[in-house]
Amino acid sequence: MTQDLFLLTLLFLALLGAMAWPLGAHMARLFSGTYAWQPRLEAGLLRLLRLNGDDMRWTVYALGVLLFNLIGLLVLYGLQRLQGGLPFNPQGFGAVSADSAFNTAISFVTNTNWQGYAGESTMSHGVQMLGLTVQNFLSAATGIVVAIALMRGFALRAAAGLGNVWLDLLRAVLGVLLPLSLLLALALAGLGVVQSLDAHVTVALHGTPGSTQTLPLGPVASQEAIKLLGTNGGGFFNANSAHPFENPSALTNLLEMLAIFLVPAALCFAFGRLVGDRRQGWTLLAAMTLLFLIMLAVFFAAESSANPLLTALGVDGHAGNLEGKELRFGLAGSSLFAVVTTAASCGAVNAMHDSLMPLAGLVTLLQMQLGEVIFGGVGSGFYGMLLFAVVAVFVAGLMIGRTPEYLGKKIQSFDIRMTMLALLATPLLVLAGTALSVVLPAGLAGPANPGAHGFSEVLYAFSSAANNNGSAFAGLSANTPFYNTLLGLAMWFGRFLVIVPVLALAGSLAAKKAVPVTSGTLRTDTGLFVGLLMGAVLIVGALTYLPALALGPIAEHLTLFGIH
Amino acid sequence: MTPLLSTCRQSAAQALRLFAVLMLVTGLAYPLLVTGLAQLVFPQAANGSLVTVNGRAVGSRLIGQSFTDPGHFWGRPSATAGQPYNGLGSGGSNLGPAHPDLQAAVAARIRALRAADPGNTAPVPADLVTASASGLDPHLSPAAARWQALRVARVRGLAPQRVLALIEMHTERPLLGILGDPVVNVLALNLALDAAAGS
Repeated sequence: MTQDLFLLTLLFLALLGAMAWPLGAHMARLFSGTYAWQPRLEAGLLRLLRLNGDDMRWTVYALGVLLFNLIGLLVLYGLQRLQGGLPFNPQGFGAVSADSAFNTAISFVTNTNWQGYAGESTMSHGVQMLGLTVQNFLSAATGIVVAIALMRGFALRAAAGLGNVWLDLLRAVLGVLLPLSLLLALALAGLGVVQSLDAHVTVALHGTPGSTQTLPLGPVASQEAIKLLGTNGGGFFNANSAHPFENPSALTNLLEMLAIFLVPAALCFAFGRLVGDRRQGWTLLAAMTLLFLIMLAVFFAAESSANPLLTALGVDGHAGNLEGKELRFGLAGSSLFAVVTTAASCGAVNAMHDSLMPLAGLVTLLQMQLGEVIFGGVGSGFYGMLLFAVVAVFVAGLMIGRTPEYLGKKIQSFDIRMTMLALLATPLLVLAGTALSVVLPAGLAGPANPGAHGFSEVLYAFSSAANNNGSAFAGLSANTPFYNTLLGLAMWFGRFLVIVPVLALAGSLAAKKAVPVTSGTLRTDTGLFVGLLMGAVLIVGALTYLPALALGPIAEHLTLFGIH
Repeated sequence: MTPLLSTCRQSAAQALRLFAVLMLVTGLAYPLLVTGLAQLVFPQAANGSLVTVNGRAVGSRLIGQSFTDPGHFWGRPSATAGQPYNGLGSGGSNLGPAHPDLQAAVAARIRALRAADPGNTAPVPADLVTASASGLDPHLSPAAARWQALRVARVRGLAPQRVLALIEMHTERPLLGILGDPVVNVLALNLALDAAAGS
C-alpha cells in the first residue's frame, strides 16, 4: 500500500514539475509584457474597454482589486436572489435564501468556495455558469495579480508604481486561466465528466424493475476545470470531486490533483525569473515540497490504519479507513488528493474529510491553519509564503545582528508591521470564531458528531473559511443564519485583511533602492534558508494552534485507540 | 477629498466594464463553447456514460445503483439524501471514526450480510460495510465481490466457479499499474450475471 503512494506521488511530482516549469516561464513573460504580440493587443483591449493603462501606485492598485471584487460580490448575490427569473434554469429552482446567498457570494469571491448548500438541489445551470464559474476565474485572477504585484515589489528598484491592475487581471484570465481551463475541461469531458445544458436524465433501474434513477447533468466539466486550476474547490454537486460525474476515474483524479498545484508551483518559477535569480524560486518550491511530503506521510500512516472500533465488529481492516472514500481512486489517490487540496487552499474533496481518522484530520486542519502556504491558493499561497520568508529573514537578522534584507531589499519597520498584520489576521478569525461558536447555543447546534470530533468540525469550519480553503468536516450543519454570517465574515476578512497589507508591503518594497550584496548578507537561496523558512511556518502555526488541536483531533485519537 | 473621490469613481466605472466583459467571456462563451465541443466530440461521455440494454438506458457506467436481492451483487452502503443511491442527493455519512452511529450502522450491515449468507464466516471486506464519499460509488473491491460469490451462485443456481470467473472478467486493473486500485463495476457485473443466468 505504501508503495502505491510512493509511486503515485513520484509520478505526480514529476508531471507537476514538467508542466509548471514552462507555465512559470510563460507567466514571467506575460506579466512583464515582453511577448512581441503583447503591446499592440493590450493597448487595443484597453482602448476598447476604455481602461486607463497607467502605472499605478499600490493604493490605486489595491483600490482596483477591492472594487473589482466588490462588484463581483454584488453581482453574485443578485444572481442567486433572482435565480427564479433567470435563463438556463431547467430545474426551475427559486431564489436562494438571503443568508445562504450572502455566504456563497463571499465564498466564491474570496476563492474559498465554502458551500453551505447542495449544488444539485439549489443552483440552476445559469447561476452555476454566470455566477459561480465567473467567480472561479476572477477570484483566482485576483490572487495571481496580488502575487505578481508583490513579486514586482522585490524586482523593481525605486519605483513609484506596481503595474496596472486592469491589464494584470486581463492577462491572468485571458492569458493563463482561460486557455488552461479550456484544455482541461475538454479532457475531463472526454473522460466522463458530464457537460450538458439538460437538467437530468432518468434511467429505468435494472436491479428493481419498475423503479428509476435520476442522474443530474449540467455544464460540469467547464466548471470543474477552473474549480481546480483556480484552487477554488466549489463542487457542482454536493459530493464535489468524489461525485463520479465530477471525477470519474483514477486518471481524472490525477489530472485534477495536478490542476490544483499547477499555477501555485508555476508562480515559484515565475518569481525566480522576475527577480532575476531562479534559485530564489527553487528555494521556495523546495520548502513547500518538503512540508508537503511530511504532511502526506503522516496523513497516509493514519488513513491506512484500520478503525479499531470496526475491526472489533468483524470488519477486515487491512484496506484502511474506507468510510467516506471512493474505491476507484484507491487509498493512495484519496490520500494524495486530500493532502493536495488542503495544502493548496483548494477545498475540493474526493473523500469526506469528516470521516478521516483523527490524525489525518489533524493534517488537513493544520495545513489550512499554517495559512495555506504549502503551494497554497492560486497567488495567495505564493504571497503567503513570501510573508513567511520576510519573517524568516527578520528572525535571522535578529540572530546575527544585521538589518534584515530579502532579495536586496531592506526589511524595515513598516514592512514587518504589514507582514505581521497579514499573518495574524487569519489566526484571530479562526480562534475567535471557533471560541464564539462553542459557547453560543446557535453555534453548538451545528456539530453532527459528539465529543472531541464535534469540536473539530467547528474548528475545521473556521480554519477553512478564514484561510479561504472551503473544504469542510461536512457533518456540521452550517447552512444556518448563524454560521452563514459568521463564516462569511471570516472568509471576507481572511482574504482582504491579507491582500491589502500585502499590496502595501509590495508598494513599500518597490519604492526602495537595492542594497548591494556583501559577504555579510544572509543568503536566501540555500538549504539553510529552506530550513529557516520551514521553521518559520511550522513554529508560528504550532504556537498558535496546538492548544486547539489538542482539544480536537489529538483528544479524539487518544480516545479512539484507548491511549490514556 | 475631491481627487480621491474622483479616483474612486473612475476606478469603479473601469472595474465595472472589465467585470462585465470578463463575465460574458468566462460565464457564457467559455461554458457554451465547452458544451458545444463536448456534445460534438464526446456525446457518450458528456451525457452521463449511459449503459443500454436492448436500446433502453438502464443506468450509468459511472453511477452506482441499489441492489438488495440476494441474487445480485450488492454495492457499497450509500448515505445519499432520502434513499440510498439517490442521484440527486450525493454525499457521505460524515460520521467520524468514533461516532457511535458509525459502529451501529456497520454492525447492522454485517448482520444483514450474514443473514443472507449464513455459512460465510470470513471477515467482511471494509468497503462492503462502509458508506462511500458520494453515495454513488459504482464499484466494489474484488475481495468484496468474491465475498458474495457463493451466495449469488447458490441463489442463481450457477456454479461458483462461473460466478468467480465473471468477477475476474469484470475486474478493472489500475492504469499503468499505479493509478487506483483494482475494482469491479457492480452494474456491469450484475448485467453479466443476469445474462449468464438467463442463458
